Amino acid sequence: MGTILFLVIVVVLILWVVGAYNGLISLKNQTVNAWKQIDVQLKRRHDLIPNLVNTVKGSMNFEKDTLDAVVSARSRAMQSGAGGGGVKETAAAETALTGALGKLFVVMERYPDLKSSQNVRDLQEELASTENKIAFARQFYNDVATGYNTKQQQFPTNLVAGLAKAEIAELWEIEDKAERAVPTVDLSLQKPQG
Amino acid sequence: MTAGLNLFEQQARNRRLTVAWMALFILFFAWLGFGGDFAMYLAAAARTEGQVPYRFPWIGVVVTVIAVITTWVSWRKGPQQVLWSTGAREITTPQSFEEKQFVDVVEEMAVATGLPRPKVYLIDDPDPNAFATGRDPPTACIAATTGLLAILNREELQAVVAHEMGHVRNFDVRLMTLIAALVGVIVVLSNGMGRMLRGGGGRGLGGLLGGRGRKASGPLLIAALVVFVLWVITLILAPFISRVMAMAVSRDREYLADATGAELTRNPGALASALEKIETHEAPTTHIKEGAAHLCIADPLGRDVNSREGKIADLLATHPPMAMRITRLKGMAFQQLKAAGQLPTA
Repeated sequence: MGTILFLVIVVVLILWVVGAYNGLISLKNQTVNAWKQIDVQLKRRHDLIPNLVNTVKGSMNFEKDTLDAVVSARSRAMQSGAGGGGVKETAAAETALTGALGKLFVVMERYPDLKSSQNVRDLQEELASTENKIAFARQFYNDVATGYNTKQQQFPTNLVAGLAKAEIAELWEIEDKAERAVPTVDLSLQKPQG
Repeated sequence: MTAGLNLFEQQARNRRLTVAWMALFILFFAWLGFGGDFAMYLAAAARTEGQVPYRFPWIGVVVTVIAVITTWVSWRKGPQQVLWSTGAREITTPQSFEEKQFVDVVEEMAVATGLPRPKVYLIDDPDPNAFATGRDPPTACIAATTGLLAILNREELQAVVAHEMGHVRNFDVRLMTLIAALVGVIVVLSNGMGRMLRGGGGRGLGGLLGGRGRKASGPLLIAALVVFVLWVITLILAPFISRVMAMAVSRDREYLADATGAELTRNPGALASALEKIETHEAPTTHIKEGAAHLCIADPLGRDVNSREGKIADLLATHPPMAMRITRLKGMAFQQLKAAGQLPTA
């Protein structure tokens, strides 16, 4: 009787360990895959930027600084991506690129002939969509990674976390202060002092 | 409200609902088929005073075979049929800026859900509307009318597509396709059997009542009559009841898809303003027929019941009242602003 009970407990334990282990592995792969999805969109953006720059260069030669900022931000972002930089590094470089592109779009608003060009409009839509996809892929990655992190820290799954070689996945957080900052609008109608 | 928990709860709920619907319909088909045989059996027993020769339950077997085949076919072909009935065409290479934007937005929402991109369809119709259909995420299709693309800005279009993507992710599309298939089979069966009864009515009923002057014993005859009458009543009411049930499920899913859409875009305000625009730009639809109405984001048939809340509206509407949905979304938008500390302080 006692041996049977003991065997039952052992079998149940083994089944649980297998289940928890496989659960963690599956979450780990989901996290890796979600990260790859961001990567796909980042590459797409890197590929699109030269097209945009070449198209607008002719009509915008007065805005050389803005264009240069975009080009250099792109090459920095590509370097950090290729150099296998961590989540934090890539995130910072890509956020800087987002900022530079945003500035370029604002400047482009001042050129009516650019805005009316079908080619530019298509490129701008393409880039805007890619920006959105980056944001949504980041959101999805953060959700999946949070689920993975929570699971490996929770009791009793944390007991098999070492066995499954589970490590805390880094979240893609917005590091850039400019992007995080809330625009302040002063409606008090007072003259700025000083 | 954590995203993960919500999603799994909703998917589990949909799985339970799917199983419950299957069970209910199997019982119903069994009754529709073998109930008829049972009535015949009782009638025969009444005629022969208990000495019943073995009778093959042909009604039951025929109904089962027809039900299984038809359900299977409309389960496989249902989504394409719905799209075909609306005259939708797939956008493979976008022809205009609006089409490109639509495809882009669908891709964005696919990225947001981590699912494969559904096929994108366009319906040439001035009435602004959109729907999703399919059996599961890989076979899902999202369709919108040209009217919708014309009136919404990018953010609002994104919100509508997010709502549809919510239907895909929560497996609503599977549930609705299955229900549509089952309801369709019920309607077909009930029509067909009704016609058979009317056509051979005299003979069938006469034979059942033990006509031809043979004497029939009392209690068994009454039992046969009761079973037969019940059977006919279900046959007549079945299409109506199954439609009411399908509508209840559909209504329920709309609120959930609104919430999922808001969760995906983190922008409930855009969906609220999209719904407002859809409501004010309502135009007579030329393409969306009854069969696709329950799938749409807003009731395309402009029925009055859909704008009210109440007992009758609860039974007959395919959609919750627009005003209620907009109010809920605006509530979410308000909560979001509050959480971000961006509310204008008075």
